[in-house]
Amino acid sequence: MATVLAVTEQRDGALRKVSREAVAAARQLADALGGTVDALVVGGPGVDAAGGKLGEAGADRVLVATHDTFGRYAPDGYAGTIAAQVKAGGYAAVVLAGTATGRDLAPRLAARLDVPLAVDVTSLEIAGGKVRASRPVYAGRAIQQVELDATPAILAIRPNTFAPAGSARAGTVSAIDAVPGTARVVVREVKAAERGALDVAEAPIVVSGGRGLKGPEHFHLLEDLARALGSAAVGASRAVVDAGWRPHAEQVGQTGKTVSPQLYIAVGISGAIQHLAGMRTAKVIVAINKDKDAPIFKVADYGIVGDAFEIVPKLTEAIAKVRAG
Amino acid sequence: MKIAVCIKRVPDTETRVKVGAGGVAIDEAGVKFIVNPYDEFAVEEALQRREKAGGGEVVVVSLGPDAAQETIRTALAMGADRGILLKADAIPADGLAVAKAIAAELKDGGYDLILLGKMAVDDSNHQVGPMVAELLGLPCVTTVAKLELEGGKGVAEREIEGGVEVVEFALPAVLTCEKGLNTPRYPALKGIMAAKKKPIEVKPAAFGAVRLTATALTLPAERAAGRIVGEGPEAVPELVRLLQHEAKVL
Repeated sequence: MATVLAVTEQRDGALRKVSREAVAAARQLADALGGTVDALVVGGPGVDAAGGKLGEAGADRVLVATHDTFGRYAPDGYAGTIAAQVKAGGYAAVVLAGTATGRDLAPRLAARLDVPLAVDVTSLEIAGGKVRASRPVYAGRAIQQVELDATPAILAIRPNTFAPAGSARAGTVSAIDAVPGTARVVVREVKAAERGALDVAEAPIVVSGGRGLKGPEHFHLLEDLARALGSAAVGASRAVVDAGWRPHAEQVGQTGKTVSPQLYIAVGISGAIQHLAGMRTAKVIVAINKDKDAPIFKVADYGIVGDAFEIVPKLTEAIAKVRAG
Repeated sequence: MKIAVCIKRVPDTETRVKVGAGGVAIDEAGVKFIVNPYDEFAVEEALQRREKAGGGEVVVVSLGPDAAQETIRTALAMGADRGILLKADAIPADGLAVAKAIAAELKDGGYDLILLGKMAVDDSNHQVGPMVAELLGLPCVTTVAKLELEGGKGVAEREIEGGVEVVEFALPAVLTCEKGLNTPRYPALKGIMAAKKKPIEVKPAAFGAVRLTATALTLPAERAAGRIVGEGPEAVPELVRLLQHEAKVL
């Protein structure tokens, strides 16, 4: 009997990167409990379960539930299918990724199974046989540790925090039954953003702009820089989102998204508490600002004082050269 | 149209967080409390829907301490009709326990629409809305950024990573609101005066078992002090060198 169930996530039939992170978190718990990991793939008939390399990330078994209505996210069908597998499998814990889908799905699952849920989990441990999870609260200004006294414990992990770490398992693929149930809500359409656009919450590099850019027409400077960097997304401060310069989907900070990229470049952002809360867990922070006393320099690893309009194009050029060479 | 809006009293988003004496919650001394920002979108949406329907009732439900009556009063000043306080001196960290208390209150209320914010900015639990929906057996769409309602049916848009999902559902339904859905109104003086006379019913919150408890609250490690690489575009080559060879992120 497996101990921990990792719920994966697919889009257009391909498993998303966070799926491997959910498996890695499940592996960590299973190792602490001396058990095994099942990874569950829920999707349309053509879903590429093998392409996710879930065994490599630590899954002993990969269970695949397909249905004609599961190509797009089907909240009721997904929740019903996962709940049925949880009841059949007798797991100690269920791990999902805290994405837009995972945050929608996890509470439905927890309510159906009548067990508690911890969201936005950044670290996990077992203490006295119970799951303890740490999670940022107050938009990252404090860390709350919670203990879940129920079986299974449901956990939604924050993207970019659990990395698969050399614990390859067989990852044997087998099919299980889908439980579509009655669909109370139906996803009719998915409007894709600009092709290849990365979400700020998931991108390994984020380039954010604030009021210092003086107007929406200057954000192309950041888009150019993001393109030169490769896997980078453009973010924005609350001030410029509230001013209507950029969409809310790009907002970093307390009423926007919390990000943990490898590299965060803040351009023309002074660094209000509520912005810092959203990006302080980035591995490396770079700040470019005219005001040498701006609070952003207190959290930045590297800063340049000066005019963004002069500095950013030079930086774009230099980075393009490094990446080409 | 009868609409319930669930709102939460939370510390102001600019609050400097200090850990309280018990080590599991914040020190509330001197902290200013506000209506959870996402809940303001829910209140505004309810008021606009009532106006559009040409009548109905907007009932504000809050779970929290006595002081949450002020939070309810703010929503009443915006234009809601009446309030219900599910009184609890401490709000459990267990979102399912909270959802059960709210669902028990809403169950027989005959609501066409139940609105909440997508999350509370204090505990970031992100779960009470869809849990309430499951407990009541109602359709649910989370993080709604755009909404159309027509003849008992709805179409909502929700942001996902790199796109937007268009979701269909039938009323009654539970929706959680995202920033951008509308622009919340400020209470006018007339509204503030009127709110003083609107009724708030106070009753105890019925949580049932609490099976997720906070065991510690700590402040994150301070980031080590960084350095100014230089001034102006001349500093760019050094920055790139550091990113490449010291930080190793390029």
